[in-house]
Amino acid sequence: MVTANTELSYNSKIEGEVVVSRADAVINWVRSNSMWPMPMGLACCAIELMAVASSRFDIARFGAEVMRFSPRQSDVMIVSGTVTYKMATALRRIYDQMAEPKWVIAMGACASTGGMYRSYAVLQGVDRIVPVDVYVSGCPPRPEALIDALVKLQDKVKRERSARGLFST
Amino acid sequence: MSAETVAAIKASFPRVTDRPSLDHPAFNAPADDVPEILRALRDGHSFDFLADVTAIDWAQGANPRFTVVYHLFSTVTHEYLRVAADCPPGAEPEVPSVTALWPGANWHEREVYDMFGIRFSGHPDLRRILMWDGYPHFPLRKEFPLAGIEAPLADADVVSETGVSAKPAPMAGGPFVASSGEMNLTEAEPRAKDESWTERREKPGAD
Repeated sequence: MVTANTELSYNSKIEGEVVVSRADAVINWVRSNSMWPMPMGLACCAIELMAVASSRFDIARFGAEVMRFSPRQSDVMIVSGTVTYKMATALRRIYDQMAEPKWVIAMGACASTGGMYRSYAVLQGVDRIVPVDVYVSGCPPRPEALIDALVKLQDKVKRERSARGLFST
Repeated sequence: MSAETVAAIKASFPRVTDRPSLDHPAFNAPADDVPEILRALRDGHSFDFLADVTAIDWAQGANPRFTVVYHLFSTVTHEYLRVAADCPPGAEPEVPSVTALWPGANWHEREVYDMFGIRFSGHPDLRRILMWDGYPHFPLRKEFPLAGIEAPLADADVVSETGVSAKPAPMAGGPFVASSGEMNLTEAEPRAKDESWTERREKPGAD
């Protein structure tokens, strides 16, 4: 028996569950919900960074629980602490070794501006040597502040045009 | 006990002179004699622990310009002793190393070399320890400003990529130093001594 096919839309009962979306939204959804940090712990801010990763604050809730000590496997470098000029070149080299896409959080006063170290030995803000996405104030910042920075970074990633150039030849 | 030690050292090393000190016994020693004096103190007077090696920069043009200071501790009598040695005058001050007596002097002497430029003859590995290799200045010398002097960074790759160099830090009304004396702790907090200028507004009268 032949019937007229009157279905004008997609029949999920036949073909299964499908969600239609934009490539940007999908890519950004994936990226922003599994941002693996590169812990660039250089001073006391790194203690707060450890607290953020631990059970009380637990950035696993935001998909960032996998601290990767290899830059090859990480997405966001969290510069937590005082960046001396001697360390700055190593920091830049580690940043260069991270795979794209990559982001940087400057955690605390020292990483953001040099902080109280107005000195011959300290880089006056890590943004002089790597591009920074989010700055966190505090000396050191509360763990909540770093979580807020991570969420703000996720919001920023979700606004990116990730699919641009993906389908062009 | 320490007074006897100082007297004994003065008897065996006639060029040792008294050094005024507020806390621990101290004496001046000629730099050439320092290894022998410290060996005598370590082996004969139980000053077996080298607590610190540091230095003093008196001023540009002062004579002597640099004094190297050794702090010894006795784990037997629990006393400290200070030995100060004036560096011989010259463009590159140099004193003998005591790494043969205490291996732990190695990094202390590297730090003194890094900060003051005092060379230690006989040191097995006299490299900078805090600043990077190739840094052209000695930061704790009197003529070196706290903010620093522009200098190239160590890594040529990073420098060519980023163009970053070690620049003088903006002091912005600083230096931020604590006040000492008879005042409460809130007033003695480190703070800018001069609020009349910032990074954007030049210090009045500065050349």
